[in-house]
Amino acid sequence: MANVAFDENQEIVKEKKTVKAFLNKFGSLIGLILLCLILAILNRDFLSLNNIMNIARQSSINALLAIGMLLPILTAGIDLSIGSILALSIMCMGIAVVNMGLNPIAGLIICVGTGALCGWVNGILLTKLRLPHPFISTLGMMNIARGLALIITAAAPIAGFPMAVQFLGSSFAGPIPVSFILVVIIYILFHLFLTRTATGKYIYAIGGNRDAAHLSGINVDRVLILVYTLSGLMSGLAGLVLVGRVNSAFPLAGLDYELDAIAAVIIGGASFFGGVGTVWGTMVGTLIIAVLRNGLNLMNITSDLQKTIIGIVIIAAVFVDVLRQRASKKQ
Amino acid sequence: MSIQALLELRNISKSFSGNKVIKNISFSVLPGEVHVLLGENGAGKSTLIKMMTGAYTIDEGEMYWNSKPVKFSGPADAMEYGIATVYQELNLIPELTVCENIFLGRELKKGARLLDRTKMRERAKNYLKRLGQNIDPDKKISELGVGQQQLVEIAKAFTVDAKLIIMDEPTASLSETETEQLLQTVDELIRQGISIVYISHKINELMEIGDRITILRDGAKVDTLDVKETSQDELIELMVGRALDEKYPKRPSLSMKQEGLRIENLKLKNSQSIISFSAYQGEILGISGLVGAGRTEMARAIFGADEKNSGDVYVFGKKVNIKKPKDAIAAGFAFITEDRKGEGLFLDQSLAFNINIASMKNYKKGMMLSNRELLQSAGAYIKALRVNPQRKEEHARNLSGGNQQKIVIAKWLATKAKIFIFDEPTRGIDVGAKVEVYRLINQLVQEGAVVMIISSELPELMGMCDRILVMNEGTITADLKKEEANQEIIMKAATGGK
Repeated sequence: MANVAFDENQEIVKEKKTVKAFLNKFGSLIGLILLCLILAILNRDFLSLNNIMNIARQSSINALLAIGMLLPILTAGIDLSIGSILALSIMCMGIAVVNMGLNPIAGLIICVGTGALCGWVNGILLTKLRLPHPFISTLGMMNIARGLALIITAAAPIAGFPMAVQFLGSSFAGPIPVSFILVVIIYILFHLFLTRTATGKYIYAIGGNRDAAHLSGINVDRVLILVYTLSGLMSGLAGLVLVGRVNSAFPLAGLDYELDAIAAVIIGGASFFGGVGTVWGTMVGTLIIAVLRNGLNLMNITSDLQKTIIGIVIIAAVFVDVLRQRASKKQ
Repeated sequence: MSIQALLELRNISKSFSGNKVIKNISFSVLPGEVHVLLGENGAGKSTLIKMMTGAYTIDEGEMYWNSKPVKFSGPADAMEYGIATVYQELNLIPELTVCENIFLGRELKKGARLLDRTKMRERAKNYLKRLGQNIDPDKKISELGVGQQQLVEIAKAFTVDAKLIIMDEPTASLSETETEQLLQTVDELIRQGISIVYISHKINELMEIGDRITILRDGAKVDTLDVKETSQDELIELMVGRALDEKYPKRPSLSMKQEGLRIENLKLKNSQSIISFSAYQGEILGISGLVGAGRTEMARAIFGADEKNSGDVYVFGKKVNIKKPKDAIAAGFAFITEDRKGEGLFLDQSLAFNINIASMKNYKKGMMLSNRELLQSAGAYIKALRVNPQRKEEHARNLSGGNQQKIVIAKWLATKAKIFIFDEPTRGIDVGAKVEVYRLINQLVQEGAVVMIISSELPELMGMCDRILVMNEGTITADLKKEEANQEIIMKAATGGK
């Protein structure tokens, strides 16, 4: 009867599903491994422990920004202001710690707190002022925060941070950079947050269908405010790592960083339409960009050409994704 | 057959990735007839019409147009022959005028580039008149009701000089009067010698309008019948493949009659009218009315989905303050929306996610959710409601309408709701699945839930409900017991007439 035919149908779908699920989960990872293999063949230094730790260190700032960016993108939004928020956060810390001589721990809190506060404002602008799209609220914040970062120090950089501030960005635990350990811990926390808490699932729900989320009793505004606050907070944290690495805070720090963060999230398989994306994918996306940059550097390719190549990779990665989805829809 | 067929399919088959979805179907449309395609969701109706319109290619078999073999390599090909399609989802651009929409992509031109606006307007007016309609071609689509939009969609068929119009569930989202109007239009088209292939789930409508009916099941043709020589019961039996004991399953009458919900002086936003009524345990309360009467608006206001002006809500005698859906859910409300895909489901999430989303907080273990318990509970609901497929990780998108509706109901069962408001609970669901949804609703009532059903289908209300409220212009114009209600009285109250 009717059901028999239906069940056979399901079996076929199931078989294809497992292949598809595998590609969905590990598609970008396969890309990363292939990339590493090619680079390892082209350059012998690529696989040295020294270089691998270098990649880990270099990728950490973008990794922190990208995991923050994942949240707005999951809700079908975007946060363009993270680079500027990073700059404002570290300038505030610079004034507090270096100019005013405050306790370095207070400085750390100020840095992360400034980021979170700016993000919270983004969320309020989006939900309470009902601006039509976060592109607009965060574009505004991008300019406001950058302007403030320049104003409060009259555009001058601040150097001479104490060791406690520099620790995150410059220290090593054995061969492993502390900043990378921080990234791993943060990623585990975000993974638990997104997959094992109600709020985490609400983020996917809002991105998937905002009306249905509202009618399912989800406080959409509150979740969105949290999303942008966390995104801002991660900018502050990424700022700490940056200051540690270069031992200086400068108001043009983080310029264009939002673009690499967006690229990492998208290469990692998240959808711009919301509701789709994982912490794991974002990790792989970040590493693909970092490995590519590193490999191109080893081959002495100029930063101008690097930009072009990374642009091609972004388009290619998303195009492969489109092809895959088209193929699975055709069945 | 002595009359020459306009379009004829002979032994047509079609497979998708090795899966035969259309099996050896023969089918013909005579000039000036309404040929109805009937079948449950997934029976192959859409695939079949997509082959007639050139959207899909044919794997095996032949197609003839006026006895000459034809092959369509795309929709443009089929249009060339005069085959036009009106889909259930309207393909109109709301911000353009009626005239612009009718000629979209086939604009009339003066010379090489300039649009000939006068000529297009005149023709549009003429097309609409041929449909027996008096719609202003300069009006924007967004200013028209769904019924009139549907007619504009049909008017587009004239621009390709259609000889065959395929209509895929044209009345799915129309009210009773709009449906009536559309059926009249179909009559008018037939009088002008145009043939129609008509798909709908509404059997009484098909009986009224069709000449012949072809029933499909599991991708194969069951039979082609003359409408005059068949009955609703026979059609349903052929379509489902077994006799349905009853279209509206009965439930034992219950003695509990405690008032579960009382609405006092509810004023909807932008309305001056006042709504007051009560709903009781053990009964199903139906809400009837024309589209735009304020039925859905009322439900949304009670549920806190939209703002209301004023009014009080009592649940089992206790006043509750509902400002947003969250408050309503806490008070025990469940709202099954009319727009299942747009407002009810997360299509790209798993069934488990969809079932759990409104009750997530109940599965907390410390700071984290217990994913094991979430899956277990979802699995239990999937089994209890006999959702097909049974796989918890399946995406909601891949389910049929009936199964999707079960998932939405499961979501509210999981919140332990006591008051269920169903808005068009069986819209776009095939006959077999409808009965299952009705059974679920009956079960809810028997377990002591308060149930309200908003529906545009009068037979559904009269078959399922113990009491029917009729709405007109934001207020209740009649409160009828099942025994008192008939189509005439309800329509009178719904139109506000005497």
